[in-house]
Amino acid sequence: MKELVVISGKGGTGKTSLVAAFAALGAPLVVADCDVDAADLHLVLAPQIRERAPFRSGHEARIRPEACTRCGVCRDDCRFGAIMEYDHGDARAGEVGSAPLPALRIDPWACEGCGVCVEFCPEGAIDFPERTSGEWYVSDTRYGPLVHARLEPAQENSGKLVTLVRKEAGKLADQRGRRLVLIDGSPGVGCPVIASVTGASFVLIVTEPTRSARHDLERVMDLTRHFHLPAGVCINKSDINPQISAEIADYCRAEGRPLLGEIAYDPAVTRAQLAGRSVIEDRPSAAAEQMRGVWGKVCEMLDI
Amino acid sequence: MKILVTAAGDSLESPVDPRFGRAAHYILIDSRTGEHEVVDNPASTAPQGAGIGAAQRVAELGAEYVLTGHCGPKAFRTLTAAGIKVVVGVEGTVGEAYQRFLEGGLSAAEEADVEGHW
Amino acid sequence: MRIAIASGKGGTGKTTLAVGLALTADRPLQLLDCDVEEPNCHLFLQPAFHDSRGVGIPIPKVDVSRCTVCGRCGEICQYNAIVALRTRPLVFPELCHGCGGCLRVCPEEAITEAVREIGVVERAQCGSIDFAHGRLRVGEALSPPLIRAVLEIAEDGEGITLIDAPPGTACPVVAALRRADCAVLVTEPTPFGQHDLELAVEVVRKLDLPFGVVINRAGSGDDRVQRYCAAESIPILQEIPDDRRVAECYSRGEVPALALPEQTLRYRELFGRIVELAQRSGSAHLGEGRRA
Repeated sequence: MKELVVISGKGGTGKTSLVAAFAALGAPLVVADCDVDAADLHLVLAPQIRERAPFRSGHEARIRPEACTRCGVCRDDCRFGAIMEYDHGDARAGEVGSAPLPALRIDPWACEGCGVCVEFCPEGAIDFPERTSGEWYVSDTRYGPLVHARLEPAQENSGKLVTLVRKEAGKLADQRGRRLVLIDGSPGVGCPVIASVTGASFVLIVTEPTRSARHDLERVMDLTRHFHLPAGVCINKSDINPQISAEIADYCRAEGRPLLGEIAYDPAVTRAQLAGRSVIEDRPSAAAEQMRGVWGKVCEMLDI
Repeated sequence: MKILVTAAGDSLESPVDPRFGRAAHYILIDSRTGEHEVVDNPASTAPQGAGIGAAQRVAELGAEYVLTGHCGPKAFRTLTAAGIKVVVGVEGTVGEAYQRFLEGGLSAAEEADVEGHW
Repeated sequence: MRIAIASGKGGTGKTTLAVGLALTADRPLQLLDCDVEEPNCHLFLQPAFHDSRGVGIPIPKVDVSRCTVCGRCGEICQYNAIVALRTRPLVFPELCHGCGGCLRVCPEEAITEAVREIGVVERAQCGSIDFAHGRLRVGEALSPPLIRAVLEIAEDGEGITLIDAPPGTACPVVAALRRADCAVLVTEPTPFGQHDLELAVEVVRKLDLPFGVVINRAGSGDDRVQRYCAAESIPILQEIPDDRRVAECYSRGEVPALALPEQTLRYRELFGRIVELAQRSGSAHLGEGRRA
């Protein structure tokens, strides 16, 4: 079983559209959407969810109001400002000796799950359950099974969910005897993207000819080198700035990384997305032909 | 002496799990008796620092050697600090790995063999 | 008034919009780039920074001579940043969130704190723009403390502060939006754009922030975002038409709002509407359940 990971460093370079086209060209295969922060692949692949499971990661503190004496120790101890006061409209300092103390609750979006309040609450009034920070799914699509996930807002994407999605996709491929797992990688250069590329058979980096994408390309190149991963580059919307496209081609040559193709700006890409299809399935277009060309080169690299 | 092998399953026939921190199971073998026990790896689902948590667990279990596929720098540092020797690049089944180790075919690593986040 | 520019994912034109608004505004203002993992505003503004300061988080320092290796520090640490082994404790600074738990549980008072730098905040005056950004050190995973440090520069009162928020819906964007008075969500008129907008809407609604939407590259897709906004009673503050020249401008590192006159007009209109939104909501919003 081989793993092809498509990454881009910067968002908005057309990575997911290219993955959808590859899914159509490579079917039947197993697809994994590791872009769990802003997963979009399902919008084209139209998955039928077969299994779903909660994703748990770390813990979160919760005050049991009936046990809380409002002493405020947790508020003073919390370094993340996660203890909020509420219900203090009547509290007027300086009135009779027993001014009501504000009630306290924990803002789940600010709580980093350190457990300090739990440890030091004099009443033992703070629970520390596991935190459910998302959900993951195994689905059927017209190209084969898709493993995907949804991270709740404000949750930390530590790479653990990415690892889980990738592992489940690998298992499915083994079970069904599929030779390729196609992975829509995470953006950026942090933990999630590292979790999506380590040990992959080949990494395709999608970039575009802009100053900022060029800058991010170098960072992801460093990353693939650092982890000793075979990688190649594809320039999307290459005609937007032919000069920077040429610079990128030179840069790839200097780095010893193959340039596997250029895709010109083509409204057909958006048109296919609007129709809920991959570019390959939509009406014939220049972009579809160019993506087909890149796919052919990628297959050579993967030796499949 | 106790030898711990990272395992993808729960028997001596299971393949060695190439990951240390996020390995599914640990199989702890006592070289005096030849007996083994299967231990869960509670750190395998830690949100971060799985290798460190796992190394701490391994130290508690009293293992002197760890046989695994890869070991990142943080886990390596923790294991070494606890006086545990690490053998990386181990393949095949758990039983085979243990036999090779007994025959002297495996030697401890000087440093971590992969970057973190693995 | 603090106005955050945000989007459900990267690449929708958030930074172009924030910089364009700052450069075409009819008054001096602040621009704070809180996309600390990949700050890009400076590529367009090319500021000469006059002020730079390191931002750190507290991490434990163990006095080994006092440590009895009781293991309490390792038990409380949820991040595996400190472990006590048979012989001595080990600290992994890059995993530490700075909660201070280990220091408090240590019965021997063997733990004190040192500061570990995670990034820098840099500040510059660019014409009438008071500009600052945060730069996270490469390899750092923990951006919220740096984002909070950038936001400390934000002025209170009537002056305008534009905040370029990090993309996505994870903890960094929440850290940036938390101190805002209102939000502008940037999207595109496509299925991906609408889906990512819906995620961003979920976040700003939970934070109880007044907000409006800007549709970038309008005309390149269909009217699904307009229909969604109408159904959800979300104001559309501006539509910026799809124009290949904008993409070309951007690719060269130029600011479309300055380079193309018809863009300038749209940005000025938008600025007026954002200020209106902020003022209208300001009185209603302020004074609600604020942080203790």
